[in-house]
Amino acid sequence: MTTPEAKKERRLPVGTMILALLVVIFLGVAVNRFANGLGAVSNMSDGRAWGLWIPFDLFCGVPLAAGGFTMAAIVYIFNNKKYLPLARPAILTAFIGYLLVVFALLVDLGQPWHIFRMIWNPNIHSPLYEVGWCVMLYNVVLALEFAPAIFEKLRELHLPAPTWKIPLRTLHMIEIPLIIAGIVISTGHQNSLGSMLLLMGNDLNQLWYTPILPLLFFLHAVCVGPAMVIIEATVSSKVFGHKLDIGIFSGLGKILCIPLVIYLLFKVGDIVVAGEVGALFSGFPANAWWWAEMIIGVVLPLIMFLLPVVQKSRGWLFVSALLVVLGLILNRFNVTLMNLEMRPGYGTYFPTWMEIAVSVGLFSGGMIVIMLANKFLPVMKHDEGHGESHKEKPTEAPASA
Amino acid sequence: MSSSEGGSSVLFDGTRCIGCRACSVACKSWNRRPEDPEEKVSVEGGIEGKATLSANTFTFMRYREIGEGDDLKWAFAKIQCMHCLEPACEAACICGAIRREGGTGAVVYHREKCIGCRYCMVACPFGIPTYEWDKWSPWIKKCTFCADRQHGNGAEGSREPACESACPTGALKFFENTGDASGRDLAIEEARRRIEASPGRYYDHIYGELEVGGTAWMYISSVSPDDLDLPQVSDEPVPRNARKAMGTLPYYALGVIGLMAGIYWVTKRRQKVTAGAGEKKEG
Repeated sequence: MTTPEAKKERRLPVGTMILALLVVIFLGVAVNRFANGLGAVSNMSDGRAWGLWIPFDLFCGVPLAAGGFTMAAIVYIFNNKKYLPLARPAILTAFIGYLLVVFALLVDLGQPWHIFRMIWNPNIHSPLYEVGWCVMLYNVVLALEFAPAIFEKLRELHLPAPTWKIPLRTLHMIEIPLIIAGIVISTGHQNSLGSMLLLMGNDLNQLWYTPILPLLFFLHAVCVGPAMVIIEATVSSKVFGHKLDIGIFSGLGKILCIPLVIYLLFKVGDIVVAGEVGALFSGFPANAWWWAEMIIGVVLPLIMFLLPVVQKSRGWLFVSALLVVLGLILNRFNVTLMNLEMRPGYGTYFPTWMEIAVSVGLFSGGMIVIMLANKFLPVMKHDEGHGESHKEKPTEAPASA
Repeated sequence: MSSSEGGSSVLFDGTRCIGCRACSVACKSWNRRPEDPEEKVSVEGGIEGKATLSANTFTFMRYREIGEGDDLKWAFAKIQCMHCLEPACEAACICGAIRREGGTGAVVYHREKCIGCRYCMVACPFGIPTYEWDKWSPWIKKCTFCADRQHGNGAEGSREPACESACPTGALKFFENTGDASGRDLAIEEARRRIEASPGRYYDHIYGELEVGGTAWMYISSVSPDDLDLPQVSDEPVPRNARKAMGTLPYYALGVIGLMAGIYWVTKRRQKVTAGAGEKKEG
């Protein structure tokens, strides 16, 4: 990064301190939860056993980290090196996102200290088993995918330590298998999140319940991947002051339209095949939620991404991407809260401030880590990057060491 | 589901129930927590029909007033785990902490395998599993079909569920597997016999015979399941769609690996070809 360091350092602390405060509040709530139980911090009950955390931190958190596998596939598998500068930041945010999922689960689970029971006593037919395993494995894969950034930094420091060439070279050797493993694991549990809801056919509104839920979840995640990358890159270019070619943004928008159209077709086609078109025009408020989700999150951004005005404007591209993400969040809340019936006799559910504080605090912690990583690690150093230039490194490294 | 796998069964006959709640008391007595032996045997909710299951209540009596004026009558339903033949909770559980037993057909929770994720609670179409929301280290709680009593403990031999043993009117009737028929088959037979023997006395439906693929607990009553607010559920066993989806995963994984490797090979090869052409020109 070539931006003036001094200017940045003066600007960071205020925002960072607010974020840090939110993390402290989260820690307080976490202590409360482990002292007094989930009932003391949340409005969850036997009627609504999954409150804010599972719908938001798991069902939204996992697809919002889809930028990782999407960018890895575009750059390393489809070999579209135009997007190389975005690969590492996307992998970093995916990694942090998945760690946050784990932290949220540690608060939400009744027996987090027994989490490894899912290894000793597996029920391989449970969709949640697949999700749990993939979150674990994908965390490892993402850590390995991001590890080169750390080793590159260590190499730069010229420490009187063992050579960093070996781990770098090893990681480079397994790069492509790792990327493919990451794609399989992450997409695999994107759709398993949908499979989880297949057990709720008696409670989930018919507009959303369909045997192809796993496919819809997967397609939606593929749409959200590039959208998240556009958002992250826009925000980070504001914060860290780097400039990326607008062609990268508009290109991602165009790529994004393909899965978005397929998603739209499947979503509407499924309703037609199931003969539930009538339910789109009756059964308020469920149908209103459905229309909101589809118009805000699918139709509107689809039109916008194809408009020349939008393609020329970073701001509009950002807004369009935001709509796709908003649509996903709406969808996930629709299927896990708003249109998933509560047990009779329990009224309605709305999260407590402490539940919100957990989700907000974790998000803030993630932001801090991403900021620190951008400051101290070669996250945006795309000129050096890897890919082709990697091959020159082994010869370059001994000279500098 | 072959008859031998049907397991034992309880038939609830609403026309014989007087709503005395002896079953609730018996349940509380039998399942009294060892760490809190003085726990009050309460009958929360009263006759207002607002009772719910909880971590301390595995069953309760539901009261409904049906009809008006001279036609007004009370209807009762004992609510507890239905012990499905293909339980959603069992399919949901990430750790296999909920298992349907082969012999008794009881769907039993094993806390030594649980991680407290509550997927069973969300998946259950009858809203049965409950949670210890006030504990820092909470577990799931649910009706066990008195599997411990059904197994017997040597000297005493097998016994009926506690609630059934307390019922003074025979509104609850327990059916065990016999040599050639499952308890569940016998219960369905008995329910049919009763409905046919007294035309007009019963609403002609055995709730639990077909619901979610069949349950071990079944209801017959003078009023409809809707009147008793028993959930309207599909006859399709809950786990079916999820099991199908999970079955496709290995093929999915192999397919994606093949596809990605293929695309990578093609793009890499194209790159090499163009690079090679460039070198030749330079040379």
